[in-house]
Amino acid sequence: MEKEVLWRDMPSMENNFAFFEKIYALWLREFKVFLREKSRLVASTFTPLLWLFVVGIGFGSVATLPAMSAVGYQKFIFPGIVCMSIIFTSIFFGSYIIWDRKFDFLKSVMVAPVNRATIFVGKALGGMTSSLIQAAILLAIGIVIGIAYSPVGIIETIVIVLLLSFILTSLGLIMGSFMQSLEGFQMIVSFVVFPLFFLSGALFPLERLPQWLMVLTSIDPATYGVDAMRITMLGIGRNSFALDMVALLGFAISFGVIGAYSFARMKAV
Amino acid sequence: MYQWYYLIKIQNLTKRYQKLTAVDSLNLEIAKNEVFGLLGPNGAGKTTVIHMLATLLKPTSGTAIVNGYDIITDPGKVRSSIGIVFQAPSSDDMMTGYENLRVHAFLYQVPSSQRQKRIQAVLELVGLADRQHDQVKKYSGGMRRRLEIARGLLHKPKVMFLDEPTLGLDPSSREMMWKYIEKLVKEEEMTLILTTHYMEEADHLCNRIGIIDQGKIIALDTPANLKRSVGGDIVKLKTRSHPDMEKLQKLAYVRKVELVDSDVVLYVDNARLNIADILQHVKAEHVEFRSPDLNDVFLKLASKNIKEDGEGGFMERYAQYGK
Repeated sequence: MEKEVLWRDMPSMENNFAFFEKIYALWLREFKVFLREKSRLVASTFTPLLWLFVVGIGFGSVATLPAMSAVGYQKFIFPGIVCMSIIFTSIFFGSYIIWDRKFDFLKSVMVAPVNRATIFVGKALGGMTSSLIQAAILLAIGIVIGIAYSPVGIIETIVIVLLLSFILTSLGLIMGSFMQSLEGFQMIVSFVVFPLFFLSGALFPLERLPQWLMVLTSIDPATYGVDAMRITMLGIGRNSFALDMVALLGFAISFGVIGAYSFARMKAV
Repeated sequence: MYQWYYLIKIQNLTKRYQKLTAVDSLNLEIAKNEVFGLLGPNGAGKTTVIHMLATLLKPTSGTAIVNGYDIITDPGKVRSSIGIVFQAPSSDDMMTGYENLRVHAFLYQVPSSQRQKRIQAVLELVGLADRQHDQVKKYSGGMRRRLEIARGLLHKPKVMFLDEPTLGLDPSSREMMWKYIEKLVKEEEMTLILTTHYMEEADHLCNRIGIIDQGKIIALDTPANLKRSVGGDIVKLKTRSHPDMEKLQKLAYVRKVELVDSDVVLYVDNARLNIADILQHVKAEHVEFRSPDLNDVFLKLASKNIKEDGEGGFMERYAQYGK
């Protein structure tokens, strides 16, 4: 039997960039959809502001603890609130893959000559972009409450945001790739999103926690994001900055590998 | 020189779920530039066959060769060789038609020098050029379906699968879709495989039809031959008198005579020529004659199948989705 020559097999320099073009295409779709869902953007910016200005000022008026006395409660929770926004945005973004499947968009991508790992990376980049934009809005608001960024601090913060959002988008994608229906979505919110947020030390210092709670906080990737951000923004933290970054990098690599694997075994129909 | 060869060769393709055998050792060859119709009731296994050929579903056993590539060992090349239109539209409705096509042009590696030209060409072909910058959520059902066809064509596939291309469309949209499919066959040189449970659709569009039921091909031929297998033209006579059935049966051009609900039904050769002669033998008040259509093929297969598998047979299941 004869084979007909495919367009993609014709000799061309362009084919060398195929991988990046495919990633770009998948990312572009996520970015366009993100920009067009303005209500989602507004809603997910509003909740962190409530925490920052209502809870932050409210608790700040009564709570003084040694670890935060130098900066005050509102500033103390600011890095935590930035991470909260990343947790919500990234995990929701990842688990939205259930919608992609429900509306068959995912099927149209999986029937294209695109590697599953490539699809995973494109999606993860989309989640990172959304989280970065969310975080940028909050970081700008941080100036209002008196956070002073240094140029190096800004770069460090961006790296932390990217690492943490990659980890959490991957987590969302992994869970989404296993779920067939939207019913599991509420489970993710209750059993993943809120625990990640509360255990991260976003709202309280972790120094005096009982042993069992300490163990739980140490396996939460967001803990290291919050701590690293506190170090670069406020100069206070529990771990060393290097330890936080190594932990984040470790989580990123493991979740990336698991994510690519779970996409490879995901059923197309 | 004219060269004729198989572009798709299905070998013992089987898909089994726990108890159900959706596709049962299917063997089928489809020629280059053929328009092939897979016709059958819901749940017959049509979509399962398409999904396996498109590498979205792993067969339990057996395989198929698509454009020279094995669907199991070389799925990437198979995917580059095919375009597919799913039963349910799969474009992102937050993006415009143009943006959807652009994303897929990248995914299918349409060369950058050709990208714009090709996107505009396929939009033109399906008549969506003037609506390309509207978000897909503003499209009608027929337009969405056409956008899917455009997307399937972007990379000049060798094989195009259309899974129930007119399901859920109103009659005028359906007719329009037929026109686009015919245009596509004429303008884009490719093999087309479509599934449908509309008999007139298969008759209208396909060179060859495979009738599939319970995962097996139960009839395979051109629409004309399938219709011929029914046995002649059909003449229906309404009469108050009792005609002499035996005498009718003895006429040289009559193949079969039946009494259906007090109507006399004759299967004859060349009804156009012999109708006058028939009317000399029967005093009819109302005469109807027509060539057999695929409906008659179904009825014939059904009567055979009902004898074979009784209740829950082919026609009973086929009748279910009329409701």
